[in-house]
Amino acid sequence: MTDDHRDVPLGTSGRAGRGSQRGTTPSTAARSLAGGAARPPRRPSDPAGASGPGRPRLHAVPDDASAEPPPSAHDGPQEPPPTGLPLDEVLTAVVAAAQRVLGDDWESRLARMLATLRRRLSGDYEVDDFGHDPEVAELLVQVLEPLAEKWFRLEVRGVHNIPAEGGALLVGNHSGTVPIDGLITSYAVHRYAQRTLRPLAADLVFALPFVGETARKFGATLACTEDAERLLGRGELAAVWPEGFKGVGKPFSERYKLQRFGRGGFVSSAMRAQVPIVPVSIVGAEEIYPLVGNLPSLARLLGLPYLPITPFFPWLGLLGLVPLPSKWIIEFGEPVRTDAYAPEAADDPMLLFNVTDQVRETIQQTLYGLLVDRGGAFF
Amino acid sequence: MGRVVLVTGLSRDIALRCARLLADQGDALGIDKVVGVDVTPPREDLGGVKFVRADIRTPVIAKVIAVEDVDTVVHLDLGPAHGRGAAKELNVIGTMQLLAACQRVSHVTTFVLGSSTAVYGTSARSPALFTESSVARGGTGSGFPKDVCEVEGYVRGFARRRPDVRIVTLRSAQVLDAGAPLASYFANPVLPTVAGYDPRLQFLHVHDALEVLRRAVVDEGVQGTFNVAGDGVVMLSQAVRRLGRPTVPFPPVGFGTAARTMLRAMGSDITPDLHRLLMHGRVVDTTALRTILGYAPAYTSAEAFSMFAAGLQPGLLSGRGAS
Repeated sequence: MTDDHRDVPLGTSGRAGRGSQRGTTPSTAARSLAGGAARPPRRPSDPAGASGPGRPRLHAVPDDASAEPPPSAHDGPQEPPPTGLPLDEVLTAVVAAAQRVLGDDWESRLARMLATLRRRLSGDYEVDDFGHDPEVAELLVQVLEPLAEKWFRLEVRGVHNIPAEGGALLVGNHSGTVPIDGLITSYAVHRYAQRTLRPLAADLVFALPFVGETARKFGATLACTEDAERLLGRGELAAVWPEGFKGVGKPFSERYKLQRFGRGGFVSSAMRAQVPIVPVSIVGAEEIYPLVGNLPSLARLLGLPYLPITPFFPWLGLLGLVPLPSKWIIEFGEPVRTDAYAPEAADDPMLLFNVTDQVRETIQQTLYGLLVDRGGAFF
Repeated sequence: MGRVVLVTGLSRDIALRCARLLADQGDALGIDKVVGVDVTPPREDLGGVKFVRADIRTPVIAKVIAVEDVDTVVHLDLGPAHGRGAAKELNVIGTMQLLAACQRVSHVTTFVLGSSTAVYGTSARSPALFTESSVARGGTGSGFPKDVCEVEGYVRGFARRRPDVRIVTLRSAQVLDAGAPLASYFANPVLPTVAGYDPRLQFLHVHDALEVLRRAVVDEGVQGTFNVAGDGVVMLSQAVRRLGRPTVPFPPVGFGTAARTMLRAMGSDITPDLHRLLMHGRVVDTTALRTILGYAPAYTSAEAFSMFAAGLQPGLLSGRGAS
């Protein structure tokens, strides 16, 4: 409430119609008020309406502005004008805006949000041993939602193949220069299967500042046997992209051709934990950053596995980092059961190779099918 | 005839408390005498502990073991120190002399090493939780972690040469008492952090540390290596928020210098082995402690930390939170 009252003198200082007395533009306060809180109901004395025509008029009569004595120009923003905006209208506008953003129960929702913020700031929340912070993860999922649904127009198939409870290992194809497919798969599992996915990521992720921190809070952990078996043993849903950097950093010309599936470590982890392997086929990630070139020597110098060149990346700067809006389909395939094998079978390399190939072939065939279904990559 | 226990590093808080605990409960535990050694006498009350002023870096320690008829050695004289050379001398050379002395004396039957989880190092390539069989994948190249690795190596060598000696290695997380590097770090009014990293930390309450040491000394059936830490983790960001202390993020490159300069300006200091810990953190798995040693820590990491925080001055931002 106190904030609302403070807003008022700020807004009224950009006086309606008169503009700021410096003569060129209305004051920033007036502009922000016009564009911001006052959106839902147009107030009759809106400064936006009056300052619009006010601007050219002041331009047209520069003498008028320059004739103003300097001290009054200085006083203008400081001195609150006698006839301000009506308080109750501003209040109504704020309430209407809150209702529009937060819904009808905006008061309780706002209170809840503030309570959460307060709790976060006092450090009063739980993270698990891996650093998974469910509240941050939930927030990230909400941030990802427009990216997945609106930008990538994500279509998810075979959600019923994700076990509703108990451990399972999701195995997916990896692509797209930047491993956004991991994020979108996590989003899809969270949104459509209502389970938390624990992605297993390369050590480079955790070596990078901010990325590693966020990844841990999102639920990711290092792709190593210990972590994989620990997660699966706890009945968590883990996900692994066995192609690794070979998959993410492959040239655009080799899109949707699966690389070697690591050394089959994921199969042995799943066998030891006796959990099913769910093949995940991801279509669309290949086109987000088409990798047309690579700078291996510079990448080595920076300690990176590859340094991509895309049709947009170094050339357009930060704009080149916007992923292309390809159409995505994620299909969760029929689970491959591992409980038919004894846990000791995890030490049989031939069996591991066979199961690895089986999973790889399943994903490859599904990818071909999905590509036909999808049609054009972008439209 | 009861046992005679030798505790090294008596001027350290945890060592003195351990020695006093063993001396106080001596009758019940079958311990006749507890001998404590260090170069400086402890400032607190010794209780029933016999203090012998001896330097474990010299062969004098062999005489102490022989004269006092010691059968159990509890080696707690390990720790990071600000003067790097002195710390290495004490940690590594002290352990070597102590083990050399023990090897010659046939009546030593038990050796308890108060090691640290620093032996696992800390790096981005480390698994989320270390088990006793995990190997360090980085971060043990220098400083205290390197010392601990070397000390444990010497103890393993001793175990090969004297297979009749029962050896218990306790890799404990940091006990936040006076002198612990993280305790003095958290006591600063403003905390330097590494920008973009939020390490997971684990703490151990002194009650649990003492209880595990007591069991290691007394329980004849216990042998091997155990991780000792409170359950759960505390993120650094969480810890500083609970303390209500503002942080200053520094870039990873040059963090050591920047943090040291800043903390020295505030009249404190930071040990170099904290730099990496503040980037990647370190969490251990305590399953072996529960199943083999049969002890479940009474305090979680978060509880141990909040009890430590209660003893500190409230931070600048303490009024901000709900608590």
